[in-house]
Amino acid sequence: MMAQIQQKDKVNLGAKKFSMWIFIFTSFMLFAALSSGFIVYSGGRGHGLDVILPQAFMYSTAVILLSSITLFFASKAARQLQFAKQRLYLWLTFFLGIAFFAIQIYAWYVLAIKMGIYFINPNASRSFIYVFSGLHLVHVLAGLAVMLNVIIASYRNTPQVKNLFKMEMASIFWHFLDIIWIYLYVFLLLNQS
Amino acid sequence: MSTLAVHDHGLVHHEEGHEHHHKATFLNTYVFSQDHKMIAKQFLITGITMAFIGMLLSLLFRIQLAYPDKSFPLLETLLGRFAPGGRLSPDFYMSLVTIHGTIMVFFVLTAGLSGTFANLLIPLQIGARDMASPFVNMLSYWFFLIASIIMVSAFFVEKGPASGGWTIYPPLSALPTAMPGSAEGMTLWLISMVCFIASSLMGGINYVSTVLNMRTKGMDLWKMPLTVWALFLTAVLGVLAFPVLVAGVVLLIFDRSFGTSFYLSDIVLNGKVMPFEGGSPILFQHLFWFLGHPEVYIIIMPAMGISSEVMSVNSRKPIFGYHAMVYSLIGITVLSFIVWGHHMFVTGMNPFLGGVFMITTLIIAVPSAVKTFNWLATLWRGNIRFTPAMLFAIGMVSFFISGGLTGIFLGNAALDINLHDTYFVVAHFHLVMGSAAIFGMLAGVYHWFPKMFRRMMDDRLGYLHVWVTFVGAYLVFFPMHFMGLEGVPRRYYAITEFHQWDHWLNVNTFITWAAIMSGFAQVAFIINFVYSIFWGKKTVQNPWNANTLEWTAPIEHIHGNWIGELPTVYRWPYDYSKPGHEEDFIPQNVPFSQTMSSNMPHDFEDNPEGLEEFNKWTSTQKANEEVK
Repeated sequence: MMAQIQQKDKVNLGAKKFSMWIFIFTSFMLFAALSSGFIVYSGGRGHGLDVILPQAFMYSTAVILLSSITLFFASKAARQLQFAKQRLYLWLTFFLGIAFFAIQIYAWYVLAIKMGIYFINPNASRSFIYVFSGLHLVHVLAGLAVMLNVIIASYRNTPQVKNLFKMEMASIFWHFLDIIWIYLYVFLLLNQS
Repeated sequence: MSTLAVHDHGLVHHEEGHEHHHKATFLNTYVFSQDHKMIAKQFLITGITMAFIGMLLSLLFRIQLAYPDKSFPLLETLLGRFAPGGRLSPDFYMSLVTIHGTIMVFFVLTAGLSGTFANLLIPLQIGARDMASPFVNMLSYWFFLIASIIMVSAFFVEKGPASGGWTIYPPLSALPTAMPGSAEGMTLWLISMVCFIASSLMGGINYVSTVLNMRTKGMDLWKMPLTVWALFLTAVLGVLAFPVLVAGVVLLIFDRSFGTSFYLSDIVLNGKVMPFEGGSPILFQHLFWFLGHPEVYIIIMPAMGISSEVMSVNSRKPIFGYHAMVYSLIGITVLSFIVWGHHMFVTGMNPFLGGVFMITTLIIAVPSAVKTFNWLATLWRGNIRFTPAMLFAIGMVSFFISGGLTGIFLGNAALDINLHDTYFVVAHFHLVMGSAAIFGMLAGVYHWFPKMFRRMMDDRLGYLHVWVTFVGAYLVFFPMHFMGLEGVPRRYYAITEFHQWDHWLNVNTFITWAAIMSGFAQVAFIINFVYSIFWGKKTVQNPWNANTLEWTAPIEHIHGNWIGELPTVYRWPYDYSKPGHEEDFIPQNVPFSQTMSSNMPHDFEDNPEGLEEFNKWTSTQKANEEVK
């Protein structure tokens, strides 16, 4: 009987996956609030962005897109029980994530040092660039932690159910990070002038 | 089932397997418990503690309002530098108001109310073993406790706690040197709220996920008790609204600590021109109230759900208009996101926009009225049992009506210009969400106390508590309407500084004494509560003869809630006094085949086989009648 209860508790994977979706919704609300804040601010105070965004953002977008693709292949390999391949693609995704992180920081460097557009700015529309990308980077850090968790699990003798579940959770989160960055980037591009 | 368990066990063995194989120790039973029933009790006791702190703060500032020019040497003894010469300092008065608001809104009526009853009732009433993620549930409580401790600890920093009002509008909150409370106190407030939001989100995600994924067999959405509906929709609101507050607070922290200008512009502080430029303080108000308005529904909806359930049980009648109750909750949930502007009518908002917010605000009166009328219709000709819980639930309806009516005045943009930031507003929200929500919470405490602590609370102390609190709350808040109509502003340290309001001083004195009386009534509650936990009368399994699933679970708390299989649900939760049944209640897990004499054709709406059986049974009954 007790075993049955425990079994029920543990096979709540569906509910946990659902929780992940709700969590994604909360982060989405965070970024939606920030972008509405941007609209209210720039509309109300007449301060446009008026910045040509650094090229680096374009590269970082390409990198995070690529990382989504490698993660997709990792999931596919996991489903086909090709664990070596899964590990390889997971590592690739992880390093692409780190590359994304680095390029974002580089973009800040270009913004601040080369273009003179600082975070502390009388035109808060420009501060918003840092807030958007910064809060996104905080999420990316969390995403990298999740990724590392899957990678570690893939080296241990994790049961396949568990392995697939972890892959799926990581995929939901990482693809979301990808999509939300594209949303933020397009949003900034549209408000560039 | 058991074969499946054995079969799967190997596969899932490692996942969190460690926590189930521990022996029950003091630490993992009472402290770091992952059992939803224990977490509910932790939330409740922390919430009650915070409520008493919040109440004491309000009594302190009430003394100042009643006797603005008198000095009480005792206050200096107790509060030291916060009450020099036995009078509260103006800064400390502002801190008291701010922290009273924050504690009551967030710590008592959000976490204390939702946290307690969502944790206790969601798994028990939908027939689940526990929450979707018990571990995250435990984290939710611990973040809440840390947030509470940090919030209260602000009283021990030199310059005192935050004092810009619970809405922490910039620029006051964004400039650490603006006033004493904006210094470390404000920092602590922000840290505490960050922990609180984390706690709320973890809790909310869990509640939503549990309700949608873990209902027992037969428990479809339209068989859920209204408590579960209300707590579910509350969690949805929290999940959607709190991230927006995070956005607002993050920008505020950047303004405070990094020197950005999201909210700040053209500031001259102590004769010095500050470098901030171009910010918009109104932006903060938009972000804050986009959370803030749903927040008041986060507070009241659990109270609504609890009252619905308690009133149906104790009227021995089905809730009137179950579907209408659910749809009005959904209506309130949706509408609550498009009314935030009514807090900002006087910010220089475009009058057209004000009109839009006014209309959406007034539309909320419709679902609210639906609920009110349904409660009254539930009572109508019921076989009412006036338990303390029932009286609290009826009190909740009373406060919701009298406080809600003034909301119609305040929702009008034109009238609000006059009434904004006066005692009229204070009276309005203290009745409609303060008193109403706390009455809903107390109704829940009295009603589910046997489920939580396996003992009954004392009825006589309960009646004392409910009546003194009920009368006291009206005596406190009703006169405030009239003060507000004459323009007495809220948050003022001493209205006697303005002689046109001198004649309100004796009203203030009266209110203070009424508040002290209500405070004493809470002592009766806490004595009753603590005494009953240890020495109360032992309860039976279903003390109120209620239908919902929590009363089918054993009295002894076990991890997993039910021994053996989970109960199956066959009917809605409100089959009270059903004609043809010998008892006046039929629990949800009783199949229709056991209640042939009381079945109705509409019980088989989407069950053709059942209907056929039912028709067969009625025709044989008729045939038998004719034979006789």
